[in-house]
Amino acid sequence: MKIATVRELLNAEIVCGEELLEEHVYSACGSDMMSDVLAYVKDQAVLLTGLVNSQVIRTAEMMDMVCIVLVRSKKPTEEMVRLAKASGIVMMTTEYRMYDACGMLYANGLIGKKVRHD
Amino acid sequence: MTEPLVFRFNVDGSDFTSAGQASVHVKKNLRELGLPPEIIRRVSIAMYEGEINMVIHANGGVAEVIVSEDAVEIVLKDQGPGIPNVEQAMQEGFSTAPSSVQSLGFGAGMGLPNMKRYTDTMEIETEVGVGTTIRMKIFLK
Ligand SMILES: Nc1ncnc2c1ncn2[C@@H]1O[C@H](COP(=O)(O)OP(=O)(O)OP(=O)(O)O)[C@@H](O)[C@H]1O
Ligand SMILES: [Mg+2]
Repeated sequence: MKIATVRELLNAEIVCGEELLEEHVYSACGSDMMSDVLAYVKDQAVLLTGLVNSQVIRTAEMMDMVCIVLVRSKKPTEEMVRLAKASGIVMMTTEYRMYDACGMLYANGLIGKKVRHD
Repeated sequence: MTEPLVFRFNVDGSDFTSAGQASVHVKKNLRELGLPPEIIRRVSIAMYEGEINMVIHANGGVAEVIVSEDAVEIVLKDQGPGIPNVEQAMQEGFSTAPSSVQSLGFGAGMGLPNMKRYTDTMEIETEVGVGTTIRMKIFLK
């Protein structure tokens, strides 16, 4: 899915990284706990979170994530914007709550990590 | 045989906002060295978790990353409270982090298990009241 489509589906406002909207993302992960996110590795992933501090950007950066969606209209700090710009990460903010934002992306084909039941 | 490269950082225990900076630096350095992206990601995540732990549980410390021909080694040393029960601390979900830390996005009890998952070897040396040293290795071959 193109990052532009993520923006459209979530009716999100772009904070930074406008020039990267044509890039693709292949999976997503939603959490407010950063170590939960760090347990999950996938290429070109989107991070959805309600947490706002610099560690959100550093976590995404460590994971090579390309796009961060802040849910519930959370406003990023200046430091977050600075760090996201420096790392080439698209950041956007949506009015939707976590559950709904994840659900909309999932329903449109952006799935998470499969759980193996064996 | 080339000399191993050593990167050394002081991790400030009083500043949560800047926690993780050492890991960001290391990631850049490893990229410049041209290491494979998958290796860099594993090193970055393991070091970042360890760095955050030093800040939230141990009031900071020293981080060292040693890049040699066959491995990247991460050594995290602090003089914090130590870990009374390592086996318990290694379990997913075990955390002593207060709710103030949870509201910062940490304290899921996933850090140490993640560090183990992303590295090839991990050793914890710890003594209550003295401090903790964690050594992790990621092999390049
Ligand atoms: N450097 C350290 N010094 C003292 N105690 C530590 C240190 N690192 C970890 N611990 C102890 O081990 C527990 C488990 O650590 P772990 O990193 O797995 O989880 P966490 O830091 O509590 O939460 P998370 O990593 O998910 O944000 C911590 O809650 C803490 O009690
Ligand atoms: Mg931790």
